[in-house]
Amino acid sequence: MDLIRLLSFGPDGWGDELAAGTWLTIRLAVATLPFGLLLGLLVALAKRSHIRALRVVGNAYTTVFRGLPELLTIFIVYFGGQILLQRIVEFVSPGSSVEVSGFVSGMIALGVVFSAYSSEVFLGAFRGISRGQWEASRSLGLRPLATMRLVILPQLVRLALPGLANLWLILLKDTSLVSVIAIDDLLRVTGIAVRVTKQPFFFFGIACLLYLVMSMISSIGITAIERRLGRGHGRTA
Amino acid sequence: MNFDVLQEYGPRMLAGLVVTLELVSIAIVLGALLAVPIALGRMSRNKLLSRLAFAYVYAVRGTPLLAQTFLVYYGAGQFRPELQAAGLWWLFKDAFFCCVLTFTLNTAAYQAEIYRGAILAVPRGQSEAAMSLGLTPRSIFRMVVAPQAMLLALRPLGNEIILMIKGSSVAAIVTVFDLMGVTRLAYSRTFDFQVYLWAAVLYLVMVEIIRRVWDHLEHRLTRHIRHA
Repeated sequence: MDLIRLLSFGPDGWGDELAAGTWLTIRLAVATLPFGLLLGLLVALAKRSHIRALRVVGNAYTTVFRGLPELLTIFIVYFGGQILLQRIVEFVSPGSSVEVSGFVSGMIALGVVFSAYSSEVFLGAFRGISRGQWEASRSLGLRPLATMRLVILPQLVRLALPGLANLWLILLKDTSLVSVIAIDDLLRVTGIAVRVTKQPFFFFGIACLLYLVMSMISSIGITAIERRLGRGHGRTA
Repeated sequence: MNFDVLQEYGPRMLAGLVVTLELVSIAIVLGALLAVPIALGRMSRNKLLSRLAFAYVYAVRGTPLLAQTFLVYYGAGQFRPELQAAGLWWLFKDAFFCCVLTFTLNTAAYQAEIYRGAILAVPRGQSEAAMSLGLTPRSIFRMVVAPQAMLLALRPLGNEIILMIKGSSVAAIVTVFDLMGVTRLAYSRTFDFQVYLWAAVLYLVMVEIIRRVWDHLEHRLTRHIRHA
């Protein structure tokens, strides 16, 4: 069958190109995750802060980046970052120019969106940890940072996991939007294959299938992590 | 503020905003009509039916909206002779129609899960009580379960509308001049970064209005079950 041959690896097949695109999509999502998680945790802490200004900033951040289309955030980071960097570079050494990497812009944009959502998940998880945990740590003489690291965070991870798992699946799909700026992720590579082979339905169908497989594998992984973190909590699910 | 650019592209962006609203409202309404049978199929005792509905929901929710849009819009081109023979090509060559179709199929899967969750969340006692009153299964669903489920579905439905408004921006990539499309056009002609910020404000205003209206709606519709 001709269509199957189009998927072969090597010079006349698109198999290796699609695999490279898939690999880039995975790398982008995996690179975004720690950045988005850390930023989300910081925003959540800001929203819980005793300082009013921090709370206001945290809430505004969430409102804005949950309200903007992800695509628009990507454009704003990509073009805005370009302009900003250009100005800085021109200020430091006039005459030279700078190019923003699509991968890094995509990572920042997706990370910012991820953090806006994950901060809400963390906020909910914080509410699930009883006051007694803080009080007990304090009475044991733990410093605030040690309390956070040794007592609160381990519990927070377990409580936040279902929400974060959901956000991971959304992140995986949102990486496709980065194909509109210059980065050869799965969807963009598929677009190139379509232009050459004139088989749009076939190739975009394959791309959808690959995204589906990535989601499925993630779901299996998430279930395994949930089971492990849920040890000793009487939840077998 | 760059007033020349605003004068030139401000009205066109508002026209794009209208296109976005059209796109979203048509997709949400048609999606709702499609979602009800999918949700019922998911809950059906018929194994084949429930598996089919599950597969549909799983496939749609596991793939990006942009890839789905490409599949429909560019994919239709591969079947041009067949579509022409069926007299449907004029529909599928139109990017706006393809987006409406994709978004409808997409939101139908998400809405189906919302309705299913809401129906399952109505306490069992409600339908048991209705059954003991001698109501037929049909009227139990229509008069007892459905109205309560609609209330439970209200909030997630509001979120889905907001997600659809945001998601509809991918229409711009397949040449639809929605708010995002006009913004991209304006930027490519003027290289004035401000246009993206105006678009951001317009999207935020839309989302905020939906959020407020929904808060109000929920407040009003649940006043009979609120305590004091």
